[in-house]
Amino acid sequence: MGATTTKIVAVTGNQAVAEALRQLNPDVMPAYPITPSTGIMESFTKFVSDGKVDTETILVESEHSAMSACIGASAAGGRVATATSAQGLALMWEMLHIASGYRLPILMALVNRALSAPLNIHGDHSDGMGMRDCSWIQLFSENAQEAYDNTIMAYRIAEHKDVRLPIAVNMDGFIISHSIESMTFIPDAEVKKFVGDYIAIDPLLDIDHPKSIGALVLPDYYMEHKRAQHEAMLNAKKVISDVSAEFARLFGRKYDLFESYRLEDAEVVLVALNSAAGTIKDEVDRYREKGVKAGLLKPRVFRPFPYEEVGAALKNAKAVCVMDRADSYGGYGPLFMEIASAVQPHRGPVLFNKVYGLGGRDLMPLDVDQLIDETIEVAKTGKAKMVKEYITVRN
Amino acid sequence: MHKVFSRPSSLKDKPFRYCPGCSHGVLHRIVGETIDLLGVRDRAIGIAPVGCAVFAYDYFNIDMIEVPHGRPPAIATGMKRSRPEAIVFSYQGDGDLAAIGTAEIVHAAARGENITVIFVNNGNYGMTGGQMAPTTLPGQKTTTTPGGRDVRLAGNPLRMCEMLATLDGPVYIERVSVDSPRNVQNATKAIQRAFKNQIEGRGFSFVEALSMCPTDWGLTPKQALEWVRNSMMKYYPLGVYKDIGSAQGVKGQERMGQV
Ligand SMILES: Cc1ncc(C[n+]2csc(CCOP(=O)(O)OP(=O)(O)O)c2C)c(N)n1
Ligand code: SF4
Ligand SMILES: [Mg+2]
Repeated sequence: MGATTTKIVAVTGNQAVAEALRQLNPDVMPAYPITPSTGIMESFTKFVSDGKVDTETILVESEHSAMSACIGASAAGGRVATATSAQGLALMWEMLHIASGYRLPILMALVNRALSAPLNIHGDHSDGMGMRDCSWIQLFSENAQEAYDNTIMAYRIAEHKDVRLPIAVNMDGFIISHSIESMTFIPDAEVKKFVGDYIAIDPLLDIDHPKSIGALVLPDYYMEHKRAQHEAMLNAKKVISDVSAEFARLFGRKYDLFESYRLEDAEVVLVALNSAAGTIKDEVDRYREKGVKAGLLKPRVFRPFPYEEVGAALKNAKAVCVMDRADSYGGYGPLFMEIASAVQPHRGPVLFNKVYGLGGRDLMPLDVDQLIDETIEVAKTGKAKMVKEYITVRN
Repeated sequence: MHKVFSRPSSLKDKPFRYCPGCSHGVLHRIVGETIDLLGVRDRAIGIAPVGCAVFAYDYFNIDMIEVPHGRPPAIATGMKRSRPEAIVFSYQGDGDLAAIGTAEIVHAAARGENITVIFVNNGNYGMTGGQMAPTTLPGQKTTTTPGGRDVRLAGNPLRMCEMLATLDGPVYIERVSVDSPRNVQNATKAIQRAFKNQIEGRGFSFVEALSMCPTDWGLTPKQALEWVRNSMMKYYPLGVYKDIGSAQGVKGQERMGQV
């Protein structure tokens, strides 16, 4: 186990991801600054200027161009990364579909921030949820350590021959990106060995086999392309599990499609992404001490969503409160819809949905306690008063 | 006693929260005074950018709209077409106007939209912490060019006045500076002109102001003044770049070098 040779450091989430990118040493990194992800690019350009990476950084004029340059660089056979948040991601949206449709394994560090309007710079998941249908693999990270580890694993997943899709590593803006945590870096040589050299599949500039990328495909073949993308996503599930298992073997930290926290025998369960999970774990412990069978399910992989596995993990719970840090206005929260699909084949728990933390509003331990209390009540009565409601909001 | 100064009614009674030595406050004042002077407070609509001036709506005592990064000229176009009697101005930084919003400004200018654009060139992305902008000078250090802007990789700075002056659409383009009382007076004249053109229905007017960002330049306000004079003005000569139908009438740089 390599854990003995690793280095313990105190860094912000942005520094952790920048360090992972330094170790990955991509060929090209185009970016346009946006809070709260700017720190990643600032640290990285310093690495470039200090000669610590071989990367070509491109200080482009917008995120639309950043993703376009990523696509060009990747299509030409390079290993490519970028970083962004919120409006930046929104501006990339057209190109997100192009990246996945071309099947290019681009890596994006996505520091989650609320979308405008109203203008807001703080963390929620409205940006990440907006790319749900773009055919990007989406990993979520509770803290700086997970963001670092997910970034180190990202190329192995995205570049796998059965996958070949772009990948986004999410972490919460400010709460994680700007807070200092103690965490562990893996030594450079071990990262290098784990990630391996990049062998691009069918890059451009192969004069013996001239080809075109992005050709017009009409109704006769379009669906086959899209079906192939869906299958690649399904394949990604196993690849993610395999890569994570290898990572655990080498570096000692275990990851899978989702994290189960005291879930085994849990009757009341909360489901949440990213940093909120940290607060929830504390409160779950507290309720466990009081004899309440509380637990947490924290999805790590949002696309491809592990429906069967999540369904199986939740099927014995009595009530599940799904917490969304983004909304699909007029519908249920995006995470709720996934969980509902996952438990649907089982005669599973009663589900209800809470929207919290939009635009960076804090989620306090007491808020979590109220949710656990409500979940206990729902478990008892077998009924949720309201399927979906906002919490910590003014009337 | 004779009253020599009062706050323009187009500005709120609110202290600016910009950094010491920042030019945004000076330019807000000039714009506010101009709107008062021309008597168009009751029909002025301002467009605040994303950038340090995102809070312009906190300071202007007129209707304002805050819009996404780079989009002000397009939003101004829609606004002016929908309400031709309104006096519409955008107030944009160099990231907003010369990076992410380059297409919008070029096309609003090309169409000759009857709007007023105030372009605040401080050579970096101030709000996000001083990263390289297209206007950053060769060799200038920023948080994304810690070794200085390398023109082989990042190209040379954009000169927006010169670029836009090649188009047939604009009627008036001038570059000013607010580094000295005299240049502030010139800037005031230019901004008044840019609003008057709109009021008279003449068309697209554009005033670029070389501006100070001592915080992100890592300079004192005094050193920042020197930087504007000794470095920025060399690359970005002051002067009128386009003026259709006035006595000055020609592309020229007659106000160049007034330090
Ligand atoms: C689509 C998008 N990308 C990036 C940002 C982040 N951002 C906010 S302000 C800014 C730069 C502002 O620089 P400038 O326009 O020069 O204004 P200054 O602050 O220097 O006055 C950037 C990149 C954003 N808000 N939206
Ligand atoms: S960072 Fe620069 S542009 Fe922004 S308020 Fe401070 S001095 Fe002005
Ligand atoms: Mg600027």
